[in-house]
Amino acid sequence: MRRDLTPRTLALIVAAILAAGPFAPQWTVFLLTVALAKGLVVLGLMILLRCGLVSFGQALYYCIGAYAAGLLGLRYEVSGVFTLMLAGMLASGATAFVLGFLLARYRSIFFGLLSLAISMILYGLLVKTEALGSSDGFNLLPSTLAGFRPADAWVRYMVLAVAVVVAFVAALLVNRYLKTPLGRLAPAIKDNEIRVEYMGASARHAIHVKYVIAAALAGLGGALAATTVGHIDPEMAYWTTSGEFIFITILAGTGNVIAPFLGALIFGIIQSVAFDISPNTWQMVLGSSLLVVIVFLPNGLWSLFSRGKAS
Amino acid sequence: MEQLLAVLIDGIIYSAWLFVAAVGLTLIYGVMKIVNVTHGSFYALGAYAAASITGALLAHGMPPYLSYAVLLGSAVLVSVIVAPLIERGILRFMYAKDEVVILLITYALFLILEDVIKLIWGVNPYFIAEPYGLLGSFDIGDLTYPYYNMILVGVAIACGVGLAWMLNHTRTGKLLVAVIHDTEISRAMGINVDRFYLFTFTFGSLLAAIGGAYTAPTVSVVPGLGVEVIVLSFAVVVIGGLGSLPGAALGAVIVGLVRSATIHYLPQAELFVIYLVMAAVLAFRPRGLFSLAEARKI
Amino acid sequence: MNAFKKAVAAAVVAALVPAFAAAQEAPLKIGVVSFLSGAAAGPFGVPARNSAEIMFEMLNAGKVPAPYATKGFGGALLHMNLVDESGGTTTQVTEFRNMVQRDNVDMVIGYISSGSCLGIAPVAEELKKLTVFFDCGTPRIFEERGYKYVFRTAATATMDSVGAALYVRDLRKGKIKTIAGINQNYAWGQDSWSDFEASMKQLEPGVKVATSQMPKLFAGQYNAEISTVLAAKADVVHSSFWDGDLEALILQGGPRGLFKHRTVILTTGETAMYKLAGSIPDGVVIGARGPYGPYAPNNELNKWFSKTFQDRYGVPPNYAAYHMAQAILGTKAAWEKALAANGGKRPSQDQVIAAFEHLTFESPAGKVEMAIGAGHQAITETAYGVTRKVHGKMTVANVKRYPAEMVNPPDGVKAADWIASGFKKK
Repeated sequence: MRRDLTPRTLALIVAAILAAGPFAPQWTVFLLTVALAKGLVVLGLMILLRCGLVSFGQALYYCIGAYAAGLLGLRYEVSGVFTLMLAGMLASGATAFVLGFLLARYRSIFFGLLSLAISMILYGLLVKTEALGSSDGFNLLPSTLAGFRPADAWVRYMVLAVAVVVAFVAALLVNRYLKTPLGRLAPAIKDNEIRVEYMGASARHAIHVKYVIAAALAGLGGALAATTVGHIDPEMAYWTTSGEFIFITILAGTGNVIAPFLGALIFGIIQSVAFDISPNTWQMVLGSSLLVVIVFLPNGLWSLFSRGKAS
Repeated sequence: MEQLLAVLIDGIIYSAWLFVAAVGLTLIYGVMKIVNVTHGSFYALGAYAAASITGALLAHGMPPYLSYAVLLGSAVLVSVIVAPLIERGILRFMYAKDEVVILLITYALFLILEDVIKLIWGVNPYFIAEPYGLLGSFDIGDLTYPYYNMILVGVAIACGVGLAWMLNHTRTGKLLVAVIHDTEISRAMGINVDRFYLFTFTFGSLLAAIGGAYTAPTVSVVPGLGVEVIVLSFAVVVIGGLGSLPGAALGAVIVGLVRSATIHYLPQAELFVIYLVMAAVLAFRPRGLFSLAEARKI
Repeated sequence: MNAFKKAVAAAVVAALVPAFAAAQEAPLKIGVVSFLSGAAAGPFGVPARNSAEIMFEMLNAGKVPAPYATKGFGGALLHMNLVDESGGTTTQVTEFRNMVQRDNVDMVIGYISSGSCLGIAPVAEELKKLTVFFDCGTPRIFEERGYKYVFRTAATATMDSVGAALYVRDLRKGKIKTIAGINQNYAWGQDSWSDFEASMKQLEPGVKVATSQMPKLFAGQYNAEISTVLAAKADVVHSSFWDGDLEALILQGGPRGLFKHRTVILTTGETAMYKLAGSIPDGVVIGARGPYGPYAPNNELNKWFSKTFQDRYGVPPNYAAYHMAQAILGTKAAWEKALAANGGKRPSQDQVIAAFEHLTFESPAGKVEMAIGAGHQAITETAYGVTRKVHGKMTVANVKRYPAEMVNPPDGVKAADWIASGFKKK
């Protein structure tokens, strides 16, 4: 068996980002941080996709994570980045643990659509909650780290550094998980669940675990996005947000834990360039690039990097 | 009592609209196993074509009563041009891919079509109010309803009955049912599945365009019209059971009546009641109300 | 198609003009943000963009009437950096940062959605970039905290609801027993209704709410809501619907008799009144979110603006277009005031901000005072009237104007508190 190069590659990327961050233009720092936040959500979707499940409602957990972070700030004036992310992760994970008993029974399109329905119910409830700003949402406190608030010019870098470290740890853990027996069950569940059951493994249990992991990652991403952007609103739970995450998942491919982050970054760049060069028809640019990727890179952008190794 | 009657009528009108908007989705899913996001684009295309063509003809002195036929004609025109283009030009190369990937392809096409619509028709709204008021209205107690709403109900019934008749009583329909149940075996039996895919996609899209065309006189035709319809139609056909025609009808009636009752008795909950119904139905009937039993393939 | 070509042509012109003028003074790069896609594009976003294009072009050519006849901003020509407001707050915050830090714009003028404005304001503050909101309505922005770099040159939505309540009170003196509402279920609709309801309860104590319908935004089908409103038999029906929803409500409500036997007030009705002239009967109360469109004063600036806009785009400017022109002219006024105070030298951003605070300037809609929000939030007068067709042309009649102080809270008082206090002056 060949040695897994992923941890080393990841560490190199993280070191490069941390070193280059102070010198990079501020807008790229922000773009990168948002990409990391979305990448975390997509990492979770990737785990689900490996066993053939696509959630059209992952925005539910993204939004729960963001609102958990936002509420901590609003009610208790908490602004520490780590605390907020932990809160987001726990809130989403706990919700997923409960909902998982229901959702782990569902497969294919029905899994997707039931998640969609649940996330739209949350959207509706939040829009009805005028105390939380209804559809306008509310702003978060400026981010701090362990009670420390750096000068304005360094806030972005600080959040980026935290995001990079968190994403690094998450990616490593997921990478490990995918190699455990439970993780390796995914392709088998995708191919034929009944065979999995005959082997003595419980597909439902495996899916429940994956569902909670994916949700926790989405909550982490949501809280990170909330503290990075500084504003949250119910749109985070709307189905178009979920659509964006699936878009990135397919764009990225499921080949490696680095792919989701790369996909999110490239998505951010495409969107930003499209907004800049064709503000009137950016949707067309976005749609066309997705088509091109699906047609010419059926395994996602990641196949550009892995092709050499595979052959 | 009168309120109950109002709930019923409002609910039926909304159900009719939902059914026409959603039934094409269930047909396409049943035959092709594609969750077709461009359904919303065809709804919007139908509305735009109907509003602009009918509007232009009315401005040139067409007798207003002809507009009901022109609405239908516009929907046919636009879907017969665009749907085969999409199916033959793009989709047919993708059938080997995953269900989800095809869904995403239709999502990408939807994004592109949104901007195409904007490039053709601009962002300003189109109206054709004439057909809505033309037939006069009837009163129930204190409430007035234009007869046009009954046309919508009629269109829904015609679509449903026509589709059922086609599936059960024509050669094409029977072959289609065979494709629905098992594509591989149908192919092995010598059915030209490709031709059925083209037919189904065009016909399903036509139904969406008809939905848009007959809604056009009651709304303002603006960008983003198709977005709302996508998720609503998903909800309806999922409640009924994806791929089931009676399911789509039942789903539309349930959603229509529940929404109408909510508006009359508990307006606060209107925002999410449809999704609540969808979640509740799926929780107890994981594949919707009328689902085909799936063979366990070992 | 034609409008698109014109837009392209205008963009090319806008891109070329500064190139020729570069010799005189460095041009000003201004980020302009408005909805170019989605449902808000047609009624607000594109008219606002069109208005910005006219203003930029005419200002650069020095063709705007006094007091704005100088080229560009005090001689510095203007270059537009246009961005779509769609995609949600995260996208908007990203694009704002890109504009400021990548494209190095000198200032940003934009934002229609209140959600965008709430999200952008703290970022503008963090990046220390002058940002002028031209249209968004929520009063929360300057109520929740103070901003140095953020200004809003249009009045808040509070003005629309308070003005609406005053007008229907004046229209049907003492005869209002019950009110009903049909508003979109999101912040704008909820706030509009709660301000209207609270104002009515102050103005007509004892008034009852017959029903408050809150359909989902862009629902499109309103038969059931219309039934409940009709069945409720309220004296006054209030709606802050806009765009497609508003037009659908008019188209579906008209044949069902929604506008008969009761006073219906459409607070943004102006955007639909010409397009749907055939479907709106006489006697419907129409608002324009301020003294815009049919309520705009008959001054030179307005004659020039409405004619130029009408000539180029074939339709009269609606309130979104006025709001955009107002924001650009207000910023120009502040810039030139700072220029004069700086002895004719190009002012720094801080000097422009100092000049902007508590500024009073003229717009096509008359006088605008940056009076509240510690000098960052504009107040204007407002006006309401009822529709009346004269020889088949849609006009407004029975117009009443309400001075700015009467329909806007005093500085430092929250809108909701001000209404609850019975509109107490400070």
